[in-house]
Amino acid sequence: MLSCKDATRMCSEALDRPLGLRERLTLRMHLMMCSGCTNYHEQMVWLRRISSTYAGGAFADPTAPDKSDTATKPPPPADET
Amino acid sequence: MNNVVSSGTMGSPAAELADPRLLAALHRDMLRFARLQLRDQAMAEDAVQEAIEAALVGVARYAGDAALKTWVFGILRNKIVDILRRGAKTVSLSSVLGDEEGEDPDAALDALFRTNGHWQATSRPAAWAAPEQSFENKQFWVVFEACLDHLPENVARVFMMREMLGLDTAEICSEVGITTNNCHVILHRARTGLRGCLESNWFVKGECRTC
Repeated sequence: MLSCKDATRMCSEALDRPLGLRERLTLRMHLMMCSGCTNYHEQMVWLRRISSTYAGGAFADPTAPDKSDTATKPPPPADET
Repeated sequence: MNNVVSSGTMGSPAAELADPRLLAALHRDMLRFARLQLRDQAMAEDAVQEAIEAALVGVARYAGDAALKTWVFGILRNKIVDILRRGAKTVSLSSVLGDEEGEDPDAALDALFRTNGHWQATSRPAAWAAPEQSFENKQFWVVFEACLDHLPENVARVFMMREMLGLDTAEICSEVGITTNNCHVILHRARTGLRGCLESNWFVKGECRTC
């Protein structure tokens, strides 16, 4: 059986490349039995949303008056350059 | 581009950019972001300057429904990517692989698991309640930046190229001069470190762990 360390590595790689069928099945089996890795797996998706929200400038400067509503949507591709 | 001009409560985008107070706040946020990505004050200032100039030129045509800040940050990210591509190879292989401090770069990761590769009881990920609510909280972003800052510099750098500048791993590998496998190792390390840092300093702070 897949170890948790290997399972987390697979959860991470799934964000960077498509996993093969065999990898997906092994990972799914592991996640069914492991709440820690299931949380990890969900949180990888959150981490991506947090990062892209941050990259969209949604982090608030304490003095900034702009209370934008951009937090939940990914930033649009900028094509101005 | 979108056909609806959304001026919100702030006036037109052009007027927003012309407001010295808003522009100063925007400039400060942009500089902080650029400095984190480029790790170089002068390059960060150049990127921000170029992005603001491009925004001022393009703002008349800007009619997006995203907040002005989101749009300007999109321009800034492109400028940062340009600079990284132009300057490339500023990160040395050995420092990316994290051996500059003479410690095992995988030690922090390994410490989370027992020798059989399963979670230590104290490090097993807990559920995060309603993470999206944190997005509106200024303090959350302070914690997030601190967690990024806590990662080894070049681990953070590869992570940010991937998750904030949106480069794919193939490009990151060639920019930084590492193998695909190393790239995956570094990203795994970064994500696991950030996850744990956010969990213990924000999402499950001080709560009883019931796992």
